Amino acid sequence: MMEPATILLALIAVLLVTAVAAVAIARLPAATAIVYGACAAVSAVLLAVAVAALIGGRTGQLVLPLGLPWLGAHFRLDSLSAFFLTVVNLGGAAASLYGLGYGRHESAPHRVLPFFAAFLAGMNLVVVAADAFSFLLSWEFMSLASWAMVLTHHRDPDNARAALVYLVMAGFGTMALLLAFGLMAGPGGGYAFEAMRSAAHAPSTTVLVFALMLLGAGSKAGLVPLHVWLPLAHPAAPSHVSALMSGVMTKVAVYGFLRVVFDLMGDPAWWAGIVLLALGGATAVLGILHALMERDLKRLLAYSTIENIGVIFVSLGLALAFSANAMAWAAALALTAALFHVLNHALFKSLLFFGAGAVLTATATRDMERLGGLIHRMPVTSLAFLGGSAAISALPPFNGFVSEWLAFQAILQSPQLPQWGLKILVPAVGGLLALAAALAAAAFVRAFGVTFLGRPRSPASGDAREVDRFSLAAMLALAVLCLLVGILPGFVIDALAPVTRALVGGAMPAQAHVPWLSVVPVAESRSSYNGLLVFLFIAASAWLAAILVHRFASHELRRGPAWDCGFPDPSPATQYTAGSFAQPIRRVFGSVVFQARETVAMPPPGDTAPARLVVEMHDPIWERLYAPIAAAVDFAALRLNRLQFLTIRRYLVLVFLSLVFLLAVLALWS
Amino acid sequence: MELIHDLIVQGAQMMAVLALAPLLTGFVRKVKARLTRRRGPPLLQPYRDLARLLRKEAVLAENASWLFRVSPYLVFAATWVAAALVPTFAVGLMFSWTADLIAIIALLGSARFFLALAGMDVGTSFGGIGASREVMIASLAEPAMLLTVFALALVAGSTQLSTVAAVLATPEVGLRVSLGMALIALVMVAIAENARIPVDNPATHLELTMVHEAMVLEYSGRHLAMIEFGASLKLLLYLSLIVCIFVPWGIAAPGAGLGALAIGAVIWLAKLAVGGALLALFETSIAKMRVFRVPDFLGAALMLGLLGTLLLFVSRSL
Repeated sequence: MMEPATILLALIAVLLVTAVAAVAIARLPAATAIVYGACAAVSAVLLAVAVAALIGGRTGQLVLPLGLPWLGAHFRLDSLSAFFLTVVNLGGAAASLYGLGYGRHESAPHRVLPFFAAFLAGMNLVVVAADAFSFLLSWEFMSLASWAMVLTHHRDPDNARAALVYLVMAGFGTMALLLAFGLMAGPGGGYAFEAMRSAAHAPSTTVLVFALMLLGAGSKAGLVPLHVWLPLAHPAAPSHVSALMSGVMTKVAVYGFLRVVFDLMGDPAWWAGIVLLALGGATAVLGILHALMERDLKRLLAYSTIENIGVIFVSLGLALAFSANAMAWAAALALTAALFHVLNHALFKSLLFFGAGAVLTATATRDMERLGGLIHRMPVTSLAFLGGSAAISALPPFNGFVSEWLAFQAILQSPQLPQWGLKILVPAVGGLLALAAALAAAAFVRAFGVTFLGRPRSPASGDAREVDRFSLAAMLALAVLCLLVGILPGFVIDALAPVTRALVGGAMPAQAHVPWLSVVPVAESRSSYNGLLVFLFIAASAWLAAILVHRFASHELRRGPAWDCGFPDPSPATQYTAGSFAQPIRRVFGSVVFQARETVAMPPPGDTAPARLVVEMHDPIWERLYAPIAAAVDFAALRLNRLQFLTIRRYLVLVFLSLVFLLAVLALWS
Repeated sequence: MELIHDLIVQGAQMMAVLALAPLLTGFVRKVKARLTRRRGPPLLQPYRDLARLLRKEAVLAENASWLFRVSPYLVFAATWVAAALVPTFAVGLMFSWTADLIAIIALLGSARFFLALAGMDVGTSFGGIGASREVMIASLAEPAMLLTVFALALVAGSTQLSTVAAVLATPEVGLRVSLGMALIALVMVAIAENARIPVDNPATHLELTMVHEAMVLEYSGRHLAMIEFGASLKLLLYLSLIVCIFVPWGIAAPGAGLGALAIGAVIWLAKLAVGGALLALFETSIAKMRVFRVPDFLGAALMLGLLGTLLLFVSRSL
């Protein structure tokens, strides 16, 4: 019997070999099928190994003589990495399957194929890496592989800008991680995770590491205010890569955060929970409000990813607060909610990006104002997208509701926390979470309604054709998983028990033996939820009502022109658009958050030009935070530009002066 | 034996809400008419309307999709399942453990999700206006409702409606500031969710002022019947919810005998009558507000819910 860690690394090596081979064969016609086929097969096997390791509780580690000579490359498989391996490879397998069909439409496959396999390998490596060096190397590998795919269509100036912002933010994030690991390794250089875990960290180090992890992992995950690159970069990549970046890579960032903050750095103080709660709540609401204002379908999905990251970080904050107060069972509940949402978001966000990709293939546009009526032209895609929309809107009996419900249950345990700051903050954050959930439902009514329902707003949308079978299979598989996880949540919760036990020293009660497969977080008299029965009841009563009505009342049907209060207008321009659908919410929330203003531009009297409604909105974070930074960098660059044109003498003087300066600093330091 | 007893009680409850929902709607209409010195339609008019709609053929717009035809049944089913989970004349019903108060809100959210989508399906301007306003109202009403649930759950130590009702019926709970705030917030949310005056007008014929009616404008025949039925059920659900939480006396205990159940049923009917009459009185005495005043109204509910919850976080006895 081989060690699971060995099997994993061998499979990841196969992915890397695929990436290299893809460079060689990328221009062959069969390359798409070969590369995605290989990726799908390897991801499926990796998924099986990861699930087996998670459920079987198998762990293992491996040190390879690679990398730094005195360190080697450590790899370790434990319950936390097994869970995230499951998420990564579930997304990877689905994206590869989707790519089998979607990739055929790619105009430049040689720009995608090698990096796709490399990206999958990178994400897998991050999750199993067990020393700072291999972790950072894999992290950077993952970032750069995805960055290359953001630039697939590099002649589009928007994509080039997205890639630049992404590169800067990724570099910044990795630098923060580097410093965090450096601090934890200490002067002795204990770069293996084993050494960091056993070392005693000073409280000041813990504070710094926590802040640096927020910057490093938070920027990769899309935590406000470090989210600005995400809605630019994720939609720019090909859709199956967008799905991986949004659905999976943000989860790898969550993994990095969990690994360091919950596992390596020792116990954080209770106020760390406050920071996470506040940031998470702000992220959730701001992300979904941005999504509601967006008319580009893929950018809407990217903004909704930010919202979901906020929801995950709220639960993580609760888990930290509980665990700092030695309430292991409540911490386990909150952490389970967070991890459950990690899985859920990977499922439905991949599904939705696949759906957006199918729409893009069929109509060649992502602009919702040019779509509409696709439910008639693309019935299977729209069914799958509807399932994903219901799931992400946290509607029972789909999976999104279960994790939201668990998060609310965790919030209800928090009056027992002793700190006043938490007592005040937690209910407010609970309100923000509920607001975000309701706004998410609005956002996805809008996304689905404008894209798939109504009448086509452009000829491309009216002539759309259903996409290929591979894409449909990937979408349907994920939609079925969304429903299955939603109606049988107990099994997922049980599978998460070893992870919470390892991280916060407690677990939710076992759910598999609860009668009728209910979920009971604490006790049945307090709260319980049974997705299976809810699903069966809704299905049965809807079916019963339909049968009875058709049997005993009328079943005739007549088609006629739309009623529309007697004045139907044949022009599709009279429909509600994405912009007009969001108008009430823009007025209520946007006027505060985005300083949204509507003005009517009237032509002068006598002019027959139409009046126009002009909407003005500001992105507060970009304008207040990033624009000044960019201006400062520009200013400094202009000043420092002179350094480029010095004589060799002056360069030598500069080198000498900096050496003296550094030596002086060193002398003063010690 | 116990199982059969529970099953019968649960079945009776589900049938009772189904049978009584149109009556409640008719009763509110009747009281409103009497308050404005009109005679009003007969009490049983909603039943006749439903029967008439059910008999008629359904007229569908040419480009209506399958979603448009499925939605009425889904909306009805989700509302009915939610109503089945609310204790009416007895607590501890058989199915009440399948979902708690948060899930009931989410079930109603599911119904609204599909109704809003159906409003956008045909692609008319009225459907869109209704759907977009409905989701705007919901985006404030749902968090307000959830915060109210938080307040109740903190007092009762449970989000399970049966437990909440049982705990609030005990004398130890007494009068509390937080519960008062929760009651006001819940009533405000219920008014908004059921499209009543001052948020929306169920009887108007001016489409531009409507929210719910504009959304379902394209429906006819049996589809419209299911939606109207669902709306009546929702009103009954909210009224039962409010009375079972804030006036929890007289509800039959789990496993009670026939006599206790009958008393519970009579008391429930009396509470519904009082609640319906109060609703009619409130609706008659207030004017409908502009659509963009609704956020202020619901924002107040949200703040009350938050304040109630905060008080309980500060002290369990407030």
